[in-house]
Amino acid sequence: MKQRSLFLKILSAVLVFGAWEISGRIPISYAFPTFLESMAALARMTFDGSIFVAYGETLKPLVTGIAISTVLGIGLGLWIGLSERFEWLFSPIFIVMQAAPLAALIPLLVMAYGIGLTSKVFVVCIMAMPVIVLSTSSAVRNTPSSMKEMARSFLAKDHHVLLKIIIPAASPIIFSGLRLGISAGFIGAILAELKITPTGVGDIITYSRSIADYPSMYAAIFSIILLAVLFLNLLEKIENVLFKGNDRGYVTD
Amino acid sequence: MVMSQTKSAFADAGPLADDIAVSVRGVSKNYGDVEALKDMSLEFPRGQLTSLLGPSGCGKTTLLKIIAGLLKPDTGEILVNGKPVTGPGPNRSFVFQDFALLPWANVMRNVAFGLELRGVAKSEREDRASKYIHNVGLQGFEKAYPHELSGGMRQRVGLARALSVDSKVLLLDEPFSAVDEQTRRKFQEDLLALVANENKTFIFVTHSIEEAVYVSDQIAVLLPRPSRVSEIIRPASFRSKSVENIRRDPEYLDIVDEIWASLRNYVE
Repeated sequence: MKQRSLFLKILSAVLVFGAWEISGRIPISYAFPTFLESMAALARMTFDGSIFVAYGETLKPLVTGIAISTVLGIGLGLWIGLSERFEWLFSPIFIVMQAAPLAALIPLLVMAYGIGLTSKVFVVCIMAMPVIVLSTSSAVRNTPSSMKEMARSFLAKDHHVLLKIIIPAASPIIFSGLRLGISAGFIGAILAELKITPTGVGDIITYSRSIADYPSMYAAIFSIILLAVLFLNLLEKIENVLFKGNDRGYVTD
Repeated sequence: MVMSQTKSAFADAGPLADDIAVSVRGVSKNYGDVEALKDMSLEFPRGQLTSLLGPSGCGKTTLLKIIAGLLKPDTGEILVNGKPVTGPGPNRSFVFQDFALLPWANVMRNVAFGLELRGVAKSEREDRASKYIHNVGLQGFEKAYPHELSGGMRQRVGLARALSVDSKVLLLDEPFSAVDEQTRRKFQEDLLALVANENKTFIFVTHSIEEAVYVSDQIAVLLPRPSRVSEIIRPASFRSKSVENIRRDPEYLDIVDEIWASLRNYVE
């Protein structure tokens, strides 16, 4: 079974990269390199170390922003979910944040916070936080009331109800919010580097495009997607370690 | 009126005052404009099973949750062993209609959950839990998760959880209504054995007349709008008979008919 799923994964990768290679060879556009050219560019950047230097820059706002969004987002989400009054106060902010056209707001951020790290962290947070907050709060509010009642009847204190009932019950939805939020954070980090100041991976993309080195440009885009996928897999592992029951038919019960 | 009915019912078969485990005194509860309970008084003899029986909307589950301390009455009070109830307490445990199991926890942790909340050490609570897992017939399923169990087995987990905290009063809220008919019959027989063997007071909410008459030492028939105790019935003869013969006993059949006659006008 495990072998079969590995086989399917490899098959789907071969299909996608094969299609990429073929469309690059036709070519569908002069600006679209083949898969092999892009991989060669990626290998070159890996060996001369430039990709690592670039990620050193990009990861700063990305990791800071995602860390802030995760901690603050889950915290605020729990609070909003537990308190009706707090929901009135904060929920609209995040709904507006989620719907706002971020690219158009970036000049405002730059005016307020300059072109440095702060603005970029803000962009990551604005992308990542709303979905984390909103999914956490709705998951908390939808905790089955019979489970809370059960805990109270067996003498649970408030912190027991929060830690042993509400958070485990909400965890699948909190984690799906995290997955969406973190993917959005990756988009935000690149967006910030393209729109504010070209640094890191955003710089590779901008610079390669300006000198028509399309294989390097696509290699950089490919690498950030790869990193995001690896990170989301890691998150799933963390979820399975922290909440063992979540992969055991939770929803059907 | 209500009081006099209650009193006259107790005059016939009244247990001694210190044999009352739980007493409900003048309890009223409103949900907005809806009167769920109005000035209800009722007593539950120690070591026996009392059913609260009535049509839907008669406030039987509300009364049970007030006794559990999960709901606050608007007026009146509940005494358990002579002490007023202010909230959930260690002397009462609850079995839920929808089982209320933790889906992410296995049978062992679910059964031991009440003890876990009381801060009992892991090895001790698992010892006590395995005893009750064995008692309800779930040995071998300690590591199973609720979604792997049938409805009847899930309620056995709920029952074991309530038993493992060893409280003197067991509150059962339509515990068998979500399990199939054959499992329910088995449960009813097991419940009779439990009442006989464990020195506990059982308060049992049900909407099934046959079930109430089959398992109860005392049946409180509740009527809705406004909710009140219409009569208290204490089956006399068949309680001592073996479980196979109860459903053929003339008194059993008479009581079932009698209750239906008084309830039928209230059923929409």
